[in-house]
Amino acid sequence: MIGYIIRRLGQAIIVTLGVTVITFALLHLLPGNLARDVLGPRATPQEIAQFTHQNGLNRPVYVQYWLFLDKLLHGNLGYSYQYNRTVDSLLASELPRDLVLGGLSLIFSLVIAIPVGVLQAVRRNGPLDYASTGVSFVLYSMPQYAIALLLIQFLSISFHVFPAEAPQSSSAFGILGHPAGLVLPVASLTLVTYAQFSRYMRSSALDTLAQDYIRTARAKGLSERLVLWRHLLRNSLITVVTLVGLSIPLVLTGTLIIEQVFNFPGAGLEYLQATLSNDYEVMLGITVLVGVITVLGNLVADIGYAILDPRIRY
Amino acid sequence: MQSSIRGSGTERPVDPGLEQGPVDVDVLPEGGQVAATGSPWVVVARTFAQNRLAVVGVAIVILVTLFSFLGPLFHSTNQLAPNLLSVNLAPGGGHLLGTDSEGFDILGRLMEGGQSSIEVGLAVGVIATLVGLIYGAVSGFVGGVLDGVLMRVVDVGYAIPVVFLFIFAAQIAKPSLGLLIGLLVAVSWLVPARLVRGEALSLRTREYVQAVQVMGGRSWRIILRHIIPNTIGTIMVTVTFQIANAILTLAVLQYLGFGLPPGDPTWGSMLSDGTTFLQDGYWWQVYPALAMIVITVVAFNFIGDALQDAFDVRLQER
Repeated sequence: MIGYIIRRLGQAIIVTLGVTVITFALLHLLPGNLARDVLGPRATPQEIAQFTHQNGLNRPVYVQYWLFLDKLLHGNLGYSYQYNRTVDSLLASELPRDLVLGGLSLIFSLVIAIPVGVLQAVRRNGPLDYASTGVSFVLYSMPQYAIALLLIQFLSISFHVFPAEAPQSSSAFGILGHPAGLVLPVASLTLVTYAQFSRYMRSSALDTLAQDYIRTARAKGLSERLVLWRHLLRNSLITVVTLVGLSIPLVLTGTLIIEQVFNFPGAGLEYLQATLSNDYEVMLGITVLVGVITVLGNLVADIGYAILDPRIRY
Repeated sequence: MQSSIRGSGTERPVDPGLEQGPVDVDVLPEGGQVAATGSPWVVVARTFAQNRLAVVGVAIVILVTLFSFLGPLFHSTNQLAPNLLSVNLAPGGGHLLGTDSEGFDILGRLMEGGQSSIEVGLAVGVIATLVGLIYGAVSGFVGGVLDGVLMRVVDVGYAIPVVFLFIFAAQIAKPSLGLLIGLLVAVSWLVPARLVRGEALSLRTREYVQAVQVMGGRSWRIILRHIIPNTIGTIMVTVTFQIANAILTLAVLQYLGFGLPPGDPTWGSMLSDGTTFLQDGYWWQVYPALAMIVITVVAFNFIGDALQDAFDVRLQER
């Protein structure tokens, strides 16, 4: 087990390094001259030379990569020349709000997907199974923003139940203070995530249902309810660990799209605005961060699975 | 599509009245290969045809394709020059589904957009699966250090968020349909690579592979003649899901600002343009395009699920 964890950690580190290499390469593929972009058209050659020297832009590429990596290792994700702030400080104010949006949606989608998936497996090919398979198929086949648009159309434009814009407060607590504005963004992201979870939960519950221990439990005369609660549901929960870990890129991408639709003040919206103003370091900083979170998510999923499922031995 | 329908016709005699479903068999997609290779394919085709949803899926795909490619012959519209005298017209009159904000006929544009959407989906599905197939087969068959390195590359690809990468790419290069296909392939080949690698790992220990090795067969021969043909089920399932995903990703990217020239409308660009006018009540600019996307993607997913059952491959979705 310890050996497995160490090997898995090693892989995660290598993959993270790979992510930084790719993002660094992207930065170098960008057209134009950073010094010129930042200092503006009226900068003198001396100023340009000084900026180039200060930022190591005239050093060999591998040295520049090393400097980039060194900054990252010190938790420095770059500098936003548009806001004159570090990317860290930008993200420090945005990430808590993202956590509210992503976290709530993740919890809600699990709360719906787990029981529905288990019920679908138990009543396989029944009306409930068909209905929820149908719903998740349609949700799954929509572009994520379309789910949000339908919600806006019906709950905001046709019937004025909830506002179509997210709360614009600067803190996570401020956002929680306007629950009405949070409903539609959270509901949209919940549906986006649910669409992916439900198919997975159903098939994993079906797999569990076919296990010997379920048959044993029934054979020894346990009531169907006990079989469901004590054996099926508890064992299906193990797969939830994998599910959550692997769904991180999905949730993050979903967050980006939902933030754009609802003008939700988070890192995803920041990213899209940075693309409009060519604020490359913001884009790269967020990309690296998302990559690292994804790798961590996979790592936690694998290790969590190994710990929770005693049948797995490495 | 045409030839495959004919192919299933020749397959029918081989299927000696086990099922009373000749109606189902009529619309098999992969029927041409069925006739060519014989009994395992017949089994797969039969399982597939028994799945009602799969048959519906194939029918929808055929209808949507005909609509997009042959539709303009019957409903000829100008999709090149904007007509500012007839913008945002409601459905009715000369425009069955109304017009958009530049005066293009929506029905005609759905056909035009369908062509690009289907072309992108098909190109991405086929190319990405081929790339992933070869990569995964080599990685799994060779194993060892090379496998470790190749699979870490795939891991890195998985860790870089698709949408983020695309928006970045749109900053560097001028968006075009070709670039879009290239980028979608660049992120899509990872799934088949992982799946095929997993199968190749187990296939390489099979006796027939060892037999070829003992007889002095080269690695390439084993990969091409034994590993890859044995992953055909995975491949076909993956292609189907990849097409669906490519159509969806295309739509999302266009909403997030990966704009194509107006001469290349897709359902995604129509939908994202239309959403600007949701508040104005111009529903005809939004829902027809959305419906086309959902119907087509659902259809491909139906087919993929049925193929998966038919081949009984265990797929791990991304």
